[in-house]
Amino acid sequence: MLIIGEKLSIIAKRVRESMMKRDKGPIQEIATRQWKEGSGMIDANIGPAEDGGEELMQWMVTTIQEVVPLPICLDTTNYNAIEAGLKVHNNEWGRPLINSTSNDPERFPILELAAKYNSQIIGLTVGKGGLPADAEERAAIAAEIMARAMEYGVPLEDIYLDPLVLQIATSQDHAVKVIDSIKMFQEMNEPPMKTVVGLSNISNGCPKHIRPILNKYYFIMLMNAGLTAAIADAHEMAEAMREKKLVDDVLAGKTIDDPQKMAEITKTLDVIMGKTLYAHSYLEM
Amino acid sequence: MAFAAPKETFSGKVFEVIIGTDKTAVFGGENVLSFHAFEGNVPHRPVIAYEVQDIVPDDWPETVKKVYDSVSGDPVTWAKYCQDTLNAKAIALRLLSTHPDRENRSPEDAAKTVKDVLAAINVPLIILGSNHAEKDSSVLVAVSEAAKDKNCIIGKAQEGNYKTIAAAAMANNHKLIAMSELDINLSKQLNILITQMGFDKEKLITDPMCSALGYGLEYTYSVMERIRLAALTQNDATMQPPMLADVGMYVWKIKETQASDAELPLWGSLAERGITWEAVTAASLLMSGAELLIMRHPEAVKAVEKFIDELM
Repeated sequence: MLIIGEKLSIIAKRVRESMMKRDKGPIQEIATRQWKEGSGMIDANIGPAEDGGEELMQWMVTTIQEVVPLPICLDTTNYNAIEAGLKVHNNEWGRPLINSTSNDPERFPILELAAKYNSQIIGLTVGKGGLPADAEERAAIAAEIMARAMEYGVPLEDIYLDPLVLQIATSQDHAVKVIDSIKMFQEMNEPPMKTVVGLSNISNGCPKHIRPILNKYYFIMLMNAGLTAAIADAHEMAEAMREKKLVDDVLAGKTIDDPQKMAEITKTLDVIMGKTLYAHSYLEM
Repeated sequence: MAFAAPKETFSGKVFEVIIGTDKTAVFGGENVLSFHAFEGNVPHRPVIAYEVQDIVPDDWPETVKKVYDSVSGDPVTWAKYCQDTLNAKAIALRLLSTHPDRENRSPEDAAKTVKDVLAAINVPLIILGSNHAEKDSSVLVAVSEAAKDKNCIIGKAQEGNYKTIAAAAMANNHKLIAMSELDINLSKQLNILITQMGFDKEKLITDPMCSALGYGLEYTYSVMERIRLAALTQNDATMQPPMLADVGMYVWKIKETQASDAELPLWGSLAERGITWEAVTAASLLMSGAELLIMRHPEAVKAVEKFIDELM
């Protein structure tokens, strides 16, 4: 399992301020922590970055790779910023990953960059209009992205298909549909297609104290479905790996020693699988 | 071989709620989807309450306002008219005058109105605030006390004011409407929060927020349907209270119930149109799971009662 350390996002206030001030300290500190806790790649999310995106992405890539010997996931919709980042990326630490192309015609040209710079690329299975309704629709979009990648000369082994995790607080039924998508995507090629998720979106909008719980157990469910990579907090995922046996035991119908843990896992799995209706206080019921 | 119709049975059941003291009304109690008596048990008809206001309904369209012209100046007379002449099975008294943008009347004034209405009728009373979250939290406390032990329904408790209102309803032995805004997960959350205060879940009524035909009815329909399915298929106790559709106030403010024949000749007679609109909205929400309706026009109520007769 590849963990793509997620903490360097322009959405986080501290990170955004550091990006704007070009203050390397906090960026390098976060990247180093994600690396030490098990990330195999670092996500650099600079948002749409319409002004000065090229320079910002280059600064992010070099700032991170100065202290962390890992490849970078270049996370922006700005074509030029991605290209600028690819130009300075140190491939000695591994090949970069572009985040992302999709089935939106505006995002097709990003595939050119993957071919030109020998980069890996995420294919987000959404189109121009609306969100995919179910796993089948996601798979149909995946097939289009795969066909287009071949046209652009991007090998299928270099694509990570992303089913788009939605918030469980508002789109509970999609939690299972994403798990099903991960299974379906793998069957679309031989060797199986690689898959990735932006994990923490599952708990976006949920109370702070339950976010890591949902993130961890959803991660394990996805892992069991064959997920290749997750953009996630490495610290949380390390905890998830330590608890994996407990979750697998519960999934197998066994009783585990710690009754509180047992309840937490059971209730969370029920919510993920759509057996109980989500509410912010679901753990207290 | 004889054909046997497939039956769907569920593990869950909707709570049965009894309101009133003298003449009572009962709704809920079913363990199947709306009107599916052929699959299980539907012990009670849905209940329709007539809406009465403590303020002259100047903003109601003519079609429905004129029905109450001779009584709407006084909530007691109006409530008695609904009970005695229209055979209302329940009255829903909306204390609109307490709204800061209307007459901003005091909780004490509202409490007096409630006492007067209660003294004049023997059918169950639903007591509604003005839907101003902050003002309701004082008004509904006062009226809960004024109606102590009369087994009324108090409403509506929302995310921002449920604590005081639920405490008052609990202390004075009333049922309580919990309203959230068209979101099943928030509806469940509010029911959880209220029951975590010690309020009995079997005394709750869920209001997922109503909407009129043509103005988002399908959202209300879908949320209600999913709430009912969670109650029945998942046996989710937090979703087992019966549901309210507050139909009248949503229907009688839309263009279709107000635009004149001359303005829109292709839409047909205004009077018929308004009544039909209220009846169709109400009937749709009965199909999605509502057990308690609040309505305004007697002809619309009649049409819905007939619809229920045919389905029961």
